[in-house]
Amino acid sequence: MNNVTLWSWDLVQQVFPDLIIAFLKGTLVVTVAGTVIAAILGLAVALARRSGPLVVRGVLTACVNFIRMTPIVIQLLFVYYMFPSLDPMFIGIGIFGIHYTTYMAEVYRAGIEDVPPGQWEAATALSMSRGRTWTAVVIPQALRSTIPALGNYAISLFKDTPFLIAISVLEMVNVGWTFGGNHFHYVESLTLCGLIFLAASYPTSLLVRRLEKRLAFAH
Amino acid sequence: MPSPTETAPQPDPSTSPSAAEPAIRFDAVEKRFGDNVVLNGLDFQVAKGDRVTLIGPSGSGKTTILRLVMTLEEATGGYIYIDGEPLTHELRDGKRVELKEKHKNEVRKRIGMVFQQFNLFPNMTVMENIIEAPVHVLKMEKAAARARARELLDQVGLADKADAHPTQLSGGQQQRVAIARALAMDPEILLLDEVTSALDPEIVGEVLNILRTVAETTDITMLIVTHEMQFARDVSNRVLMFDGGRIVEEAEPEVMFSAPTEQRTKDFLSAVLGD
Repeated sequence: MNNVTLWSWDLVQQVFPDLIIAFLKGTLVVTVAGTVIAAILGLAVALARRSGPLVVRGVLTACVNFIRMTPIVIQLLFVYYMFPSLDPMFIGIGIFGIHYTTYMAEVYRAGIEDVPPGQWEAATALSMSRGRTWTAVVIPQALRSTIPALGNYAISLFKDTPFLIAISVLEMVNVGWTFGGNHFHYVESLTLCGLIFLAASYPTSLLVRRLEKRLAFAH
Repeated sequence: MPSPTETAPQPDPSTSPSAAEPAIRFDAVEKRFGDNVVLNGLDFQVAKGDRVTLIGPSGSGKTTILRLVMTLEEATGGYIYIDGEPLTHELRDGKRVELKEKHKNEVRKRIGMVFQQFNLFPNMTVMENIIEAPVHVLKMEKAAARARARELLDQVGLADKADAHPTQLSGGQQQRVAIARALAMDPEILLLDEVTSALDPEIVGEVLNILRTVAETTDITMLIVTHEMQFARDVSNRVLMFDGGRIVEEAEPEVMFSAPTEQRTKDFLSAVLGD
């Protein structure tokens, strides 16, 4: 056994293409699909919790609290074993989407509350309908303040994707981990995983920050 | 409860709107926020084409009156009539009944308001701010709404700012856009709520001059809350002095500002005019 080698460039070369493929086909798909679901459902939940019927509001609040107060790994495993016929990738996207929906709903709620009362009053003074006030005035303004937070949650979701290893989704870390097991050497593949995560999230965070500056209203 | 003397002489205005109806009529209007009674059975009228200025110390209920007319607040008692039609509540079978949202909307369309803080929509350009309600509420053709908006922008001296965003404009410019936006709805009644209070002193004049022109060239009924006594004097034909939610004194501006009869009016005027 070659227990003297601490770092093998050979293994790096071997695993790198597999990691990139797993990153694109697993990690990135869950991140993008999960974020899109969270962004859309989050807005729907925020609107329903603000102006839906009392029963709907109560049920949603209970669901949101339940989902936020339990770990995402438990949620993944629970659904995985409850519905063995479901594709793990599908479960991953769904759970990540719904889990982050609860965070996004809070962000949207804050964004909506940040719209000054004067905006609602101006809309009333112009006899604008309730629906038009939401779609033309309140939501566009609320979205501006939520886009940076949306970006940050997307990065956060991205970094949570290794939890998918629990339900054997072939995302990047799972592939790297398996490779490490097969070669009795984990350092190369896991280091690469870390670097790929860094290479993806750091530029994204810079982009989010730039977007934040561009979207801010000058006051 | 309104006493018989307050309600008896009035025929039911909701059934017979006519040219003789006042533009705005308050009938025993009460407004309370929790335990705080702001208006306690207020009666007053504004005739069509009148320019009425409400003056008085802060907390006297002036702004609440404008907000009630604009339906930004709802009265907790009594009735408000716009052109003879009940605004939010009516007396039906001896009971105070809230009217349907659809009815409120129809009446509301005749009323425009300009706010102290302008309240332009920052996510829209100046042009979009002005045509939003004409297009989506009055269902005007977009081209016609744009043409009208350009006319109004010209009137307020901002013809070159149609594509600007509100945040790129000065306070005075924003307020001029807000005036154009309110006028684009062709309101019968225009409410002006301390429209110059948030402006730097040197640009107050430009906003007031535009409103003077509006007053001179249209027959829009105006209800004005302002601390600009010279403006009140120039534009209005009636001044109501409020204190504690009641009308203390009511007079033509020349009389009110030069020879008020009530001591409270004298005290207030000497405080705001600073002599």
